[in-house]
Amino acid sequence: MTNRRKRKALGLLFEALCVLAAGIAILVLALILYYVFRRGIAVVNFSFLTSLPAPVGVAGGGIGNALIGSLLMVGLGALIAVPVCIAAAVFLDQNPASKLSAFVRFATRVLSGVPSMVIGLFVFGQLVLRTGNYSALAGGIALSIVMAPIITLSAEEMLRLVPSSQREASMALGATKQQTVFRLVLPGAAGGLIVGVMLAVALAAGQTAPVLLTALTSRFWLESLQQPTASLPVLIYHYATSPFADWQAHAWGAALVLVVAILVLNVTAQLFLGLSNRRR
Amino acid sequence: MAQGVNIENYSFWYGRTQVVKNISLSAPVRQVTALIGPSGCGKTTLLRSINRLHELHPGTKAEGRIAIGEEDIFSAAVDPVDLRRRVGMIFQKPSPFPHLSVFENVAAGLRLHGLAQGKEVAERVEACLRKAALWEEVKDDLGRKGALLSGGQQQRLCIARALAVEPEVFLMDEPCASLDPVGTMRIEELIRELKHDYTVVIVTHNMHQASRISDQTAFVLSGELVEVGRTKEFFLAPQDPRTEAYLTWKIG
Repeated sequence: MTNRRKRKALGLLFEALCVLAAGIAILVLALILYYVFRRGIAVVNFSFLTSLPAPVGVAGGGIGNALIGSLLMVGLGALIAVPVCIAAAVFLDQNPASKLSAFVRFATRVLSGVPSMVIGLFVFGQLVLRTGNYSALAGGIALSIVMAPIITLSAEEMLRLVPSSQREASMALGATKQQTVFRLVLPGAAGGLIVGVMLAVALAAGQTAPVLLTALTSRFWLESLQQPTASLPVLIYHYATSPFADWQAHAWGAALVLVVAILVLNVTAQLFLGLSNRRR
Repeated sequence: MAQGVNIENYSFWYGRTQVVKNISLSAPVRQVTALIGPSGCGKTTLLRSINRLHELHPGTKAEGRIAIGEEDIFSAAVDPVDLRRRVGMIFQKPSPFPHLSVFENVAAGLRLHGLAQGKEVAERVEACLRKAALWEEVKDDLGRKGALLSGGQQQRLCIARALAVEPEVFLMDEPCASLDPVGTMRIEELIRELKHDYTVVIVTHNMHQASRISDQTAFVLSGELVEVGRTKEFFLAPQDPRTEAYLTWKIG
């Protein structure tokens, strides 16, 4: 009897610790959201989202060019990373036991652990120094490298969820391997693939170092992919470390926009995943 | 056109383990041949050899001859992809394509092989669903996902899907293993219908099922063909003592 009571007490204690730990994790997120909202909400309005930054001391001004720069570079990064990474995931899924697959998996995991600063430096050295200018293109390429491991690893997981019974059914119907991949495996995993891409995009959107070292920043509207380009994280970095109160306020506003965008992406991805799971 | 299946001195290895040992067996045209035997005896491997599905696994080796009609399926002239179109297969676990509707599941093979265009697709889909005794249950909502049907309906959907590409032989790997008695009865009725037009080879764990639906029964044990005979005689008067032991639950 006492033994049972002891086990029950231990179980309760453990449960309490788990709830506490979960609470702390949620609390941190809640606090960040609270502060960003409190400090940022005052400056965010339509003109803030659509105007160029104003010089110090001039009223108004906004983050329009940084918003567009971020959207463009993240979009460019996804455009490069998605086809390559999904193709790599298909290879891993089709050849799970090959030596090349093991190496690709290893390399991908290592890449996912490389600090984003190093990725920024790599693109800086290989592209910015060679071409002689900071550019949106270089920023997009750096972000594609940030996204690559997340997309590849999540896509492989998602493809593996398509059961072998269905693949065999497809082959037994007279489909080739390619037809099975394109007509069954990829469409069947589409929901999960989209979720992985969304999470990668959400992560890349918040990266500062890769874009700081490759796209630098700009005070003007974007005119070509070959010129320095503003982005939200870099703008936050510059404004937050400036000595001017109105710039600091704008940094909070930009942080709010970025955090909300990332939050929306993550929540959408979760909802989407729930939906596609229920259909399965 | 239905074709018989002729297996001659067929052996099969997974790595170094021989799972099919020199089996010779004929599945006569427009009849049902049941393969029975304990789990892991090699009957499913034998079945999956008939459409060369076993080749998809690395490290396997086959010897001997399997012919569909007169044609050796291992000859260089035979493309395994084309062979699989000619040999329909139904799996233990109902496997409709989950992202496709009922209609598109049946149309999948037609589209894959370009067998029908335009209006013809809908006609063929309806004909196959009728033949698979599923039409009445799904005709009002052909757009619903195939995976939302009941297990028995899913299995009949898979049969309709296989029918659409007009196979010469039907392979069934314990098609009722995951179904309730009503679902099982429906599939058994369907198999009796199908044998008028197709040659059916079915693997089953259920000896009563074998005796109900098959014309010929083969007993496989440890990769060897122990006994094959007309189903009635096979169950009433088995020749081999091992068959008798299996039928009376003494082995397996």
